[in-house]
Amino acid sequence: MINKRVLNPAEAVADIADGSSIMIGGFGEAGSPIELIHALIDQGASDLTVISNNTGSGEVGLAALLKERRVTKVICSFPKTLNSTVFPELYREGFTELELVPQGTLAERIRAGGAGVPAFYTPTAVGTPLAEGKEFREFNGRDYLLEHGLAADYSLIKGLAADSHGNLLYNKTARNFAPIMAMAADVTIVQAASVLEPGEIDPEIVVTPGIFVDRVVEVADPAYESELIAAGVSYP
Amino acid sequence: MTQQTQVTGWTREEMAQRLAQDIANGSYVNLGIGIPELVAKFVPEGRTFIYHTENGLLGMGPSPAEGEADPELINAGKRHVTANPGSAYFHHADSFAMIRGGHLDLSVLGAMQIAQNGDLANWSTGKPGAIPAVGGAMDLVAGVKQVFVITQHCTKTGDAKLVESCSYPLTGRGVVDRVYTNLAVIDVTPDGFQVVELCPGVEFETVQELTGAPLRSASE
Repeated sequence: MINKRVLNPAEAVADIADGSSIMIGGFGEAGSPIELIHALIDQGASDLTVISNNTGSGEVGLAALLKERRVTKVICSFPKTLNSTVFPELYREGFTELELVPQGTLAERIRAGGAGVPAFYTPTAVGTPLAEGKEFREFNGRDYLLEHGLAADYSLIKGLAADSHGNLLYNKTARNFAPIMAMAADVTIVQAASVLEPGEIDPEIVVTPGIFVDRVVEVADPAYESELIAAGVSYP
Repeated sequence: MTQQTQVTGWTREEMAQRLAQDIANGSYVNLGIGIPELVAKFVPEGRTFIYHTENGLLGMGPSPAEGEADPELINAGKRHVTANPGSAYFHHADSFAMIRGGHLDLSVLGAMQIAQNGDLANWSTGKPGAIPAVGGAMDLVAGVKQVFVITQHCTKTGDAKLVESCSYPLTGRGVVDRVYTNLAVIDVTPDGFQVVELCPGVEFETVQELTGAPLRSASE
């Protein structure tokens, strides 16, 4: 019997080692797996590379992981977020390295990483500083640059519902990077508001098939960055 | 400098309204953050535009009513929005396949500088110590069929934004089709900037003085 359920966020992230690369879903607070990130803070892994669109806000979730000095490299498209000074300080200090990637290139690199595509050509960023040092090729009279697929040791993502086989549904724009990150990691860990039995999710509406998911943990009433920040929370 | 303070031209709303007139019925449109967002307030009578937001929604509607915001229903500027009837949610790779695959009709963006060859700079001043952040701008200008820029004609300190060549780091090379400013509507053509329309009461010579590259007048 397949059962990918784990008991709690702590168990879900227990084996993440120092030096791991971790994709973290979310666009702003939508889809950010706060409880899994907080469990990772408690767990203590450091020298992490984080792949995520943003760098968190306030001092909760991803921003809190950064603030605890656990992340030495960030690969993202938009590391500036309202009301967070955590990343800018670590970046200026030289503690956390930044690899800035256009958002669509980031998404396609992750998709490619999950699909076994080592690299692809794109016109995005041609003629800009983000093309420096990259291989070019002309197709049909237009310049393209070579971008590499991106994979990771772990993905931490948030769903609305999962079943014990790992099939997933998402909530509105919280879907964002989660389906492609699920494909691109060796171990994909999901927090979902409900974890159901096989057959309870109609196969016609499954968004992420369970093959891309390794662990599911139920977090029935997940927190939101904005609510925690409004309540004055600074994690841990 | 005195000249510039005397010429105000169109308001931000009027600029957005003028731009909206040039969008065809049924267009799939991505609106950037800031002045571009205002375009949604001025859809001409009888037309429907479908708004794409790159974080995974096609059919974006206006802000929700007080108390009805959902933290997981936001736009690319991370503001709360709604989903119109007929909307679709999708993941980021599909969202950028819409952009990079040439499926969107129009991208409306702000700008720091626009060069006469259509180069756009709108993501970084390149100053040391600044935190670089690019988001989806480079993908939008590389992939969307048409790119309109909406911006004040000059910077807050009175410098020209329409220039011979950009001094800031580029977002894309030769990507801008048309520019809507508070003073004029200007096309980017193979021969440089071409004025399409002047704000009523604004003289061509005034716009030329405030532009860092040669302009051709609407009659040329």
